[in-house]
Amino acid sequence: MALLDVKDLSLGYDSHTIIEGLTFSVNAGDYLCIVGENGAGKSTLMKTILNLREPYGGRIILGEGLKRSEFGYLPQQTIVQKDFPASVYEIVLSGNQGHCGWRPFYNAEDKKRTLEAMERLQITDLSKRCYRELSGGQQQRVLLARALCATKKLLLLDEPVSGLDPKVTVEMYELIESLNKDGITMIMVTHDIHAALSYASHILHIGSDIFFGTRDEYVDSEEGRYFINKKGEKS
Amino acid sequence: MIDKLLLYLQIPFVIYALIVGVLVALCSSLLGVTLVLKRFSYIGDGLSHVAFGTMAIASALKVAAENTPVASALSATGDMILVMPLTILCAVLLLKTGQNTAVKGDAAIAMLSVGALSFGYLIMNIFPTSGNLSGDVCSTLFGSTSILTLLPADLIVCVILSIIVIVVFVFFYNKIFAVTFDEDFAKAIGTQAGVYNLIIAIVTAVIIVLAMDLVGTLLISALVIFPAISAMRLFKSYRAVTVCSVVLSVFCALAGIIISILAGTPVGSTIVAADVAAFGICWIIGKFRR
Repeated sequence: MALLDVKDLSLGYDSHTIIEGLTFSVNAGDYLCIVGENGAGKSTLMKTILNLREPYGGRIILGEGLKRSEFGYLPQQTIVQKDFPASVYEIVLSGNQGHCGWRPFYNAEDKKRTLEAMERLQITDLSKRCYRELSGGQQQRVLLARALCATKKLLLLDEPVSGLDPKVTVEMYELIESLNKDGITMIMVTHDIHAALSYASHILHIGSDIFFGTRDEYVDSEEGRYFINKKGEKS
Repeated sequence: MIDKLLLYLQIPFVIYALIVGVLVALCSSLLGVTLVLKRFSYIGDGLSHVAFGTMAIASALKVAAENTPVASALSATGDMILVMPLTILCAVLLLKTGQNTAVKGDAAIAMLSVGALSFGYLIMNIFPTSGNLSGDVCSTLFGSTSILTLLPADLIVCVILSIIVIVVFVFFYNKIFAVTFDEDFAKAIGTQAGVYNLIIAIVTAVIIVLAMDLVGTLLISALVIFPAISAMRLFKSYRAVTVCSVVLSVFCALAGIIISILAGTPVGSTIVAADVAAFGICWIIGKFRR
């Protein structure tokens, strides 16, 4: 049984279907990259997996005892957060909200998990700093630490390196890879086909043609060759 | 000056006014940070106009149903029994429309607030409660001197509602933070964001009805927004900002009431002027720190 089984899923917005008959599965320990053109529905797919929007058809089945409250999510930054007065610790701590249910306050276990996540991402010394004063890379680490508080199993990353400079981008990818080696399953939406090819174990290509398979199968496939060449010319 | 103040402080009305002022200021500043950051400031403004409209309906009902049980029930609870549920209802409606698209939400708020304002004035004209219509309208919009003529019953209602607001806020503090900072993330990890947004809307409505007598319907948003924005200039964590905005708000309310008693200025606008001054000071301190 896979961690996540997506069966015959249809997606879209404003009652306009953009993807039909999408079927794929994610096993524990996989590193899946979702690639495709702008507007192909990558973010929509991610939001559907996260239950933030309803699919138009099809099903998403959770396996291996995975619960909704055990999803981790690294969203793209919102405008609200740019001017938000909150300390790093407060934000990372809020990742434990899923464990709380109706319990109003965080318990000792939540706080321990918070400190561990900050330690793991090397942001312990930023603990009291204000989120809005951090650099882009530091902010991403904070949000990643928050996601680690929420999950030990599955992380969904939405364009985790957008707006970061090349050096920080590489660090971020290495961090994600090391978390994957720790046993956290990754699903990442990205523009960056080269990163997808160097880090992912599986690739899901969405657009007019849908491809799902391992990275090596993708490189050999027709969609893959076409897309990789096209992207290669651009950059 | 001090003698005059001490003399006034022995009068129960003044004591009541100070207690109510402090409680209203405290409650209104609690949710300020959330409302500002969630871009809900306008909902507060819209709701205050709705409260004006319902206020007018309540007083019209009192005139229309004079000497009946309805009128005595309305006057016993200071109109709140009618104004509160209607304002809460509008808060919930505004929130629901606001979530769909930003533009639609904006337009809905504008429609509702202007509609309620004109409807309220219309009703006040058709069913005048006293000979001095423009005086009535003015005191509803800018706060009346009725803060200085509070009855013990008003005081009790205000204290109870304030306690409810404070308890709800403390109890849901962590969830309100999570939903304000990142609603999508909160939803993704299984937080009932819809429920907490609803709680925020209801508490906002309660605060606005509470604050209506103190500063009037036009100036309520100032009481909600100014302390939060001032505190945001100075502090870096959500908790510090919340505590600071409460302290600022209470201080400005006390200062405003005392100045208005001594100088004979209108209570509501004096408090808001104090809030504006506090913002100016915080802004300058914030500039120097950077």
